[in-house]
Amino acid sequence: MNRILIVAEHDGARVNPAIAKCVTCARAIPDAEVTLAVFAADPATVAASAAAIAGVDRVVTVTHAAHANPLAAAIAPQLAELAAGYSHVFGPSTTFGKDLMPRVAALLDSAQVSDLMAVESATRFRRPIYASNAIVTVESSAGAKVVATVRIASFEAAGVSVAPAPIEAAVVSATPDTHTRFVSVSSARSDRPDLQTAAKVVSGGRALASAENFGILFKLADKMGAAVGASRAAVDAGYAANDMQVGQTGKIIAPQLYLAFGISGAIQHLTGIKDARTIVAVNKDPEAPIFEVADIGLVGDLFQVVPEIERLLDRPG
Amino acid sequence: MKRILVPIKRVVDYNVRIRVKPDGSGVITDGVKMSINPFDEIALEEALRIKEKGLADEVLAVSIGPADCQQQLRTALAMGADRAILVQTDAVVEPLDVARMLRTICDRESVFLAILGKQAIDDDCSQTGQMLAALWGRPQATFASKVEIDGAVARVTREVDAGLETLEIDLPAVITTDLRLNEPRYVKLPDIMKAKKKPLDTVDTASLGVTPVERLKAVKFDPPPQRTKGIMVKDAQELVDALRRKGLA
Repeated sequence: MNRILIVAEHDGARVNPAIAKCVTCARAIPDAEVTLAVFAADPATVAASAAAIAGVDRVVTVTHAAHANPLAAAIAPQLAELAAGYSHVFGPSTTFGKDLMPRVAALLDSAQVSDLMAVESATRFRRPIYASNAIVTVESSAGAKVVATVRIASFEAAGVSVAPAPIEAAVVSATPDTHTRFVSVSSARSDRPDLQTAAKVVSGGRALASAENFGILFKLADKMGAAVGASRAAVDAGYAANDMQVGQTGKIIAPQLYLAFGISGAIQHLTGIKDARTIVAVNKDPEAPIFEVADIGLVGDLFQVVPEIERLLDRPG
Repeated sequence: MKRILVPIKRVVDYNVRIRVKPDGSGVITDGVKMSINPFDEIALEEALRIKEKGLADEVLAVSIGPADCQQQLRTALAMGADRAILVQTDAVVEPLDVARMLRTICDRESVFLAILGKQAIDDDCSQTGQMLAALWGRPQATFASKVEIDGAVARVTREVDAGLETLEIDLPAVITTDLRLNEPRYVKLPDIMKAKKKPLDTVDTASLGVTPVERLKAVKFDPPPQRTKGIMVKDAQELVDALRRKGLA
């Protein structure tokens, strides 16, 4: 049997939607038994939301005041201890998972499979390299523990379970390191859907020309119930917040619909949207590389097209 | 001596269009332009700024790889690193072994701060900094967009999915750099001349007590699935119609 332990990222109230995708990935491994581990100061409600994910066999909780805010230094020694007896240890390819999992891998003297995108067997996986311009198949050595971050854009979310999985408190002796202290987190959180899990994303590039102009995209996004993203160029220019960046070094997303306005389509950006179901591109430049990957392309001025789309959406089709 | 360690990785330049070899044995790297991993340049720039503020005495650049890595180390020296070490090997060195070697260097060189790029743009692993911190038993502040050194602690602002997170970490520590931490300086010609006189030592992996092991074997390389080119529409009306046909509007 393959025993898979997944660290259940959460916001203090419920597990991150990325975890249901990690469960799907874990279930792709033959003969899998899936355990979610919740590290929290008060894990009850989070554990309940974890137990409700279909395909989860068991939820274990580790309660410690140090987990009031998720810190890799605090979680890693306890997760590494918990990993004994498991063949695979997974985390999501979110900033939380990317920060934590290599620290756990090193404590376990294991390699890590970063951005696991497909399971070929219990020891053989596919992952993207060179900004997704190549896909490498890797084989881990027999008997070695597999530590991985799961590329969440590659997996559908597992559904809701009819019978919640059992929840138990784990006993760990490792104490969280105290050399790392949480100070604060500031987020531009809004009522808009989360960029990483949104079904629709409206995104803008340097052509928006100012932070104020990004307002027209927010307006369109609100009409469509979409999240708002941005190219690196737009973020670097200060038109959009850092956490809106889509691409190789930003967020990798897989929405049903991605609308790119004034984004030329640098390779590093395309890496972030390759798994989008439908890509729509609006750009003044007919030679823009984004048109090579767009399902629907329109050569035009976004400042005219965006308000027009918004107006047309109001009219029944 | 307050010493900052900056590992430098030699990678295929980010402007090069990567192609997979027809036999699937790797990607084509013959004759392509090689550069310092862009995130490592940001790491080096940050280290230099910390030193220029009088908060560090020396910046040590280290590269692990074939003899050609000297080129990237010379560039690092020209940017302002004080000295460099090349750990010369032709073996495939995975992040865990890189971290083990760097850990030994941190001990030997009494490093108080290691600044690394958050990921290398070739393997896109994003592991080495975190692994070094784990093996060293020290704090990590990954994906940094702001670093302030204040005596024995550093306050680091990190780019996380939710926004910006600030951590306080005890030194020695590991920091990995995100894109917007700084803009690396350009190298000037006189600096390139000066860099030729700066010390660049070459050691082997055995001297650091590490024999590189391939824990993850690369079985084959494939080009990514290509998206097929779609349709062009002439105006917003056609665009919205097309979305409606797909049930997306």
